[in-house]
Amino acid sequence: MIFQPAIIALLLASALCVLALAASAPFAVEVIRRWDIKSGSERQLQLERRTYLFSTLLTFVLGLQLAAVLLFVFNAEKMSGMFVGAMCAVGTLNVNALGFPALNAKIAVFFLAAIWLAINHVDCRARDYPLVRMKYALLLALAPLLAASAWIELQYFLGLKADVITSCCGSLFSEGSPTLAAEASSLAPVPAMWLFYGSLGAAIALAAWHGHGGGRSRAAAYFLAGASALAFAATIAGILSFVSLYIYEHPHHHCPFCVLKPEYGYQGYWLYVPLFGATAAGLAAGAVQPFARIESLRGIVAGFSRRLAAIAANGFALTAAIATAMIWQSRLILLEH
Amino acid sequence: MKLWLAKQRYLIDFTLASLARRKARNLGLLFVYIVLVFMLASVTLYTHALRQEAARVLAASPEVILQRMVAGRHDLIPPGYQERIGRIRGVQKVEGRLWGYYYDAVTKANYTFMVPAENAPAAGEIIVGPALERARGLAKNNGISFRSYSGKLHTFIVAEVLPQASELVSADLVLMSEASFRAFFDYPAGHYTDIALSVANPLEVRNVAVKLAAALPDARPILRDEVLRTYASIFDWREGIVLALLSAAILAFGILAWEKASGLSAEEKREIGILKAIGWETGDVIKMKFWEGLLISLTAFLIGFVAAYVHVFHFSASLFEPVLKGWAVLYPRFQLTPHIDGVQVATLFFFTVVPYAAAVLVPIWKAAITDPDSVMRS
Repeated sequence: MIFQPAIIALLLASALCVLALAASAPFAVEVIRRWDIKSGSERQLQLERRTYLFSTLLTFVLGLQLAAVLLFVFNAEKMSGMFVGAMCAVGTLNVNALGFPALNAKIAVFFLAAIWLAINHVDCRARDYPLVRMKYALLLALAPLLAASAWIELQYFLGLKADVITSCCGSLFSEGSPTLAAEASSLAPVPAMWLFYGSLGAAIALAAWHGHGGGRSRAAAYFLAGASALAFAATIAGILSFVSLYIYEHPHHHCPFCVLKPEYGYQGYWLYVPLFGATAAGLAAGAVQPFARIESLRGIVAGFSRRLAAIAANGFALTAAIATAMIWQSRLILLEH
Repeated sequence: MKLWLAKQRYLIDFTLASLARRKARNLGLLFVYIVLVFMLASVTLYTHALRQEAARVLAASPEVILQRMVAGRHDLIPPGYQERIGRIRGVQKVEGRLWGYYYDAVTKANYTFMVPAENAPAAGEIIVGPALERARGLAKNNGISFRSYSGKLHTFIVAEVLPQASELVSADLVLMSEASFRAFFDYPAGHYTDIALSVANPLEVRNVAVKLAAALPDARPILRDEVLRTYASIFDWREGIVLALLSAAILAFGILAWEKASGLSAEEKREIGILKAIGWETGDVIKMKFWEGLLISLTAFLIGFVAAYVHVFHFSASLFEPVLKGWAVLYPRFQLTPHIDGVQVATLFFFTVVPYAAAVLVPIWKAAITDPDSVMRS
């Protein structure tokens, strides 16, 4: 199954990423040990020049990882026709035990990469690169995770056998099975709706508060990051519990992947892309905040944080609006009033 | 935000002007890039269209086909076999089919002889497929003789030629009546080639197959879904193989891009030196180079993709056809239905733009860190 074009492309992207990280690891160690912005020595000059290369390289490969998540799900969706019993991406991901871990790892990498890119962005705009040590230390921490994600992905793709009968979304997201996803699915629609709109509303309000204060309030930024993570979880739970039901117009089909299918007009992408973007922005707004105290970053962090808050607010609002529009258009009556 | 946009606009403006100053060099790279995208896009567009076509064709075939096996080989269905299937819940229709292959020494090709379930021609008459019509120069009401496997000569009148639209499935088809078929092949009475079952509910198909296998241990049920899946994976596999072979081309292209980007001319070096002397930062130079790469990539991608589209859907992908389509004496001529798939475009983008970007990264950086004084002094 490895000779699938999309799989080759994904593996290519992962390999490139791991290679780039392996190449930058020695440099990262050197920066952590030897960086001294005040020195005018040859070595320091070299290091400063190389930071340009590595920060561009890492921006490129981590940016690639952001796109790879989409391609991964896109591909899983498309390949579902090839496995017995698979009807959507769930079936493809369930062909072997590594499908869902691979997806989860990719999503984790997505958010961590976004946070790293935000820190990098802030650092590159300051005159004296105050975060350079921190940045490369974080990169060293990120590297094993990325390598692990690439490894799981490779094992998953190598283990794809077309003759395996997989279980599909009907059994995984049905209300009786003992998984976390099933628990989220069996959440009654009314509390799920409260949670969904409540957490999205809270995240939007916090983002607005943070933006209104010019991105200066530290507490607001941390609350925003927390609320974003919560809103992400609540939105996924909400999609599992009731949004999917409205889209499929079926009271028992809870699958969060079938919404990506052409039969449903690829509606899921409208829901997930703003959600992921907004969550990443919200988390990043919190992640850059500890550095606001540094003299040369004061204005930069505040301005950038404010912009991130704006992205988060708009993204979450868009998610809520789209979900509401989907429910509005649906002919399913879930709640009697 | 506005400021940022304006800055990018000026950078693009500057980049375009600087690209235009070195036309010959950039056009060479652009041309190679376009050819690469064109080849890869042709392969993916063509296989995708073939997959779609196979799915469309098979959509009308029966859900389950039952073959009887003797010593692991496909054998005839004896009389009374159909009754043994009995009533299986969910099966709408069970019918025995009659078909076989006939080798014609004149065209050196195999025909498929078949008895249609409905509207069978009268005895002594046949309906032929379009490729056969071309190969033997037939027309309506012509007579044609085939020597049967028993050595006897049988003459048929062509009652009709099947329409071109169905050519993908009917190219080598000869339809005849049951009596003619049995007489021609000396087919034993009451025997059939295989059995077709229609199942209304797609979710039931697998259960029906399990029941069939239990009731008739010597039979092999073939599901339409399985056939479809096999086709899809064959086409995917072929596409993957071609792409893997073309990866050498991608690699070569990467090396070319690297060379082009690192072989900066003295004039370019001076340009960068002057830019830095008048206040550009290393980051700005990298941004300019980034825009340069992006503009070249997007142009090449767009032109290459459109050219591939025209090649596949208007010229039947004449360059890659033999590898991807397979081969037969009476190969059907068919026009593919244009179809663009999001995954394909995304994959293609990964295959072309990413290697290019990766290849030019280091040379760009090297160019960007040039010291202004060292360049201007030399």
